[in-house]
Amino acid sequence: MQSIDILYFAWLRERIDQPRERIETAAATVADLVAELAARDARHAAAFADPTAIRVALDQSLADFAAPLTGVREVAFFPPMTGG
Amino acid sequence: MTAPAPLYSDDELQRYARHIVLREIGGPGQARLKRANVLVIGAGGLGAPVLMYLAAAGVGRITVVDDDMVSVSNLQRQVIHAQDRIGMPKVESARIAVAGINPFVTLTPVAERLDAARAAVLVPGRDLVIDATDDLQTRHMLNAACVAAGVPLLSGAISQWEGQMTLYDPARSAPCLACLFPVIPPAELLPTCAAAGVMGALPGIVGSMMAAEAIKELTGAGRSLRGRLVIQDVLWGENREIAVSRRDGCPVCGHIHGTAA
Ligand SMILES: [Zn+2]
Repeated sequence: MQSIDILYFAWLRERIDQPRERIETAAATVADLVAELAARDARHAAAFADPTAIRVALDQSLADFAAPLTGVREVAFFPPMTGG
Repeated sequence: MTAPAPLYSDDELQRYARHIVLREIGGPGQARLKRANVLVIGAGGLGAPVLMYLAAAGVGRITVVDDDMVSVSNLQRQVIHAQDRIGMPKVESARIAVAGINPFVTLTPVAERLDAARAAVLVPGRDLVIDATDDLQTRHMLNAACVAAGVPLLSGAISQWEGQMTLYDPARSAPCLACLFPVIPPAELLPTCAAAGVMGALPGIVGSMMAAEAIKELTGAGRSLRGRLVIQDVLWGENREIAVSRRDGCPVCGHIHGTAA
């Protein structure tokens, strides 16, 4: 298990109704973490219902969902925004 | 080396004095601003501070594209427009506002919806394109035009209480929009400002940061936003800078061989 700070932006933050949370997880990859988060409750499930457009940053560097979480302290999920 | 011919009237020297004393801009930087040729897509929330600050800064040639009209619901945040210009094309309202700020800049209004054919004409030859538009399809079409022309694209976007900003430039080793956000989400995940709301000062914050980055890019001051995505959450104060890079096999910019920034 490791302790990871999760940050949510835009409609992820709105659906989960909090900007960040710290979790204990044994997830090996981002994809595993997303599956674990989506199973937490209805809010998380709604946020990750369609993850295809969501991007992820590991310790403030862009990564993909196959990336391992070994040693990662912060995971940020963010979708594209469109308003101007 | 010979110095460039005198560029400024006495009015302009006084007008730009606070830039000229900045070590990072100075006389040469101010001259670059005057010679600059910038395309701004969108004269709404983000376009308002971008256009006003770039005009005030003395960016010599600005072309602005928007097919919308000023409405009363715009005035909560689109501070370039005014009560007595409701119903007027936004680009014409912007031209009036800019003329009132700085008579030494030329603002060319284009009251059209940008499409690929117009982008292919309007983008080439610019020093910088600024994306302040409000829909992702237009953003991707503009990105493709900028990649094709090798013109850097300063892009900002907002939603509710949050903003994103970066400088796309695959010709100089930064990603393009399609590298960073290859998938356009379904419409229900992309609420418009009208449907989801937007806090009035937010485009002022993000648009002013875009104006600052544009001035840096045009003068060569400081460190550019190439390869860095800035996310601002004004509601919760969670702000992040994320290192971003080009994506192998990007269908839009994969054929570009970038040079170091
Ligand atoms: Zn690309």
